[in-house]
Amino acid sequence: MQKDIFKVANKRLKSRLIVGTGKYKNFKETAQAVKESGADMVTVAVRRVNILDKKKPILTDYLNPKKIIYLPNTAGCFTSEEALRTLRLAREMGGWKLVKLEVLGDKKTLYPNMIETLKSTKILVKEGFKVMVYCTDDILLTKKLEDFGASAIMPLASPIGSGLGLQNKVNLSLIIKQSKVPVIVDAGIGTASDATIAMEMGCDGVLINSAIANSKNPIKMARAFKNAVISGRDSYLAGRMKKNYFASPSSPTDGLI
Amino acid sequence: MAKIQLNGKKVTIKPNATIYELLEKFKLNSKKVAIEHNGTIIPKSNYKKKYLRNNDKLEVVHFIGGG
Repeated sequence: MQKDIFKVANKRLKSRLIVGTGKYKNFKETAQAVKESGADMVTVAVRRVNILDKKKPILTDYLNPKKIIYLPNTAGCFTSEEALRTLRLAREMGGWKLVKLEVLGDKKTLYPNMIETLKSTKILVKEGFKVMVYCTDDILLTKKLEDFGASAIMPLASPIGSGLGLQNKVNLSLIIKQSKVPVIVDAGIGTASDATIAMEMGCDGVLINSAIANSKNPIKMARAFKNAVISGRDSYLAGRMKKNYFASPSSPTDGLI
Repeated sequence: MAKIQLNGKKVTIKPNATIYELLEKFKLNSKKVAIEHNGTIIPKSNYKKKYLRNNDKLEVVHFIGGG
């Protein structure tokens, strides 16, 4: 059987599930959920150190960046300048060149600002970053991102943290068909079956945070997503049967008594 | 004494302290942070060479959980 390899910016990943590390009860739960998800890449945010509370636990004590790929994001950035500043700091922190760019345009919907996103992608690529880009499901703009050198296209399924699932299957399918770089559905997935459907459609991967962290049992849900992604990918590779408008018996009619 | 702004908070430090000394004072692991000094990112190799002056603005960041 031919090996199914998932590569993003020359990094080989074992899992097609990438998970976020926000919204968990504590770092212990984050680490357990990440482990159970089987993901080898996690997104992280860049924020000020709490100078006054020195005993506060830190993420890197629970998730070793030498064992799991940290994908620094620009969550909360609304301009290209803010996003560039954040990712340049992230790079200085540990030499991270593979980053997730997200420039938001609206506080209520957290919808991506594609003008600022395109601008930032161009600059970051020039500076040697490998940029995975959170974006709208616009067919022309995602193509533009690819032309600008994005390492992965990450369209939303629905607004961040909404759990509304895949609201844009037609656009996603068109983006998957046209893209030469990996397409990873980011944002909006609500439950494991959404991830399976995205993978069956031919997405290269999915990025999940809220659907795991906000579930009643994040550890179990992390495992559900792991299986859902594997399942969806296998189903995509296997190729579904043709749809028929009439029944076709599963048992042979020959020898019927 | 010098007064600087550290992550938006006013902090008093000894005069002519370096970034390295400041990190030690606040028990911060230099490997796990990145620093911006008056808007410019300071490479880790320069922490011992960079002196802090009155009214300097310093941002010390690290990774936290995020999606």
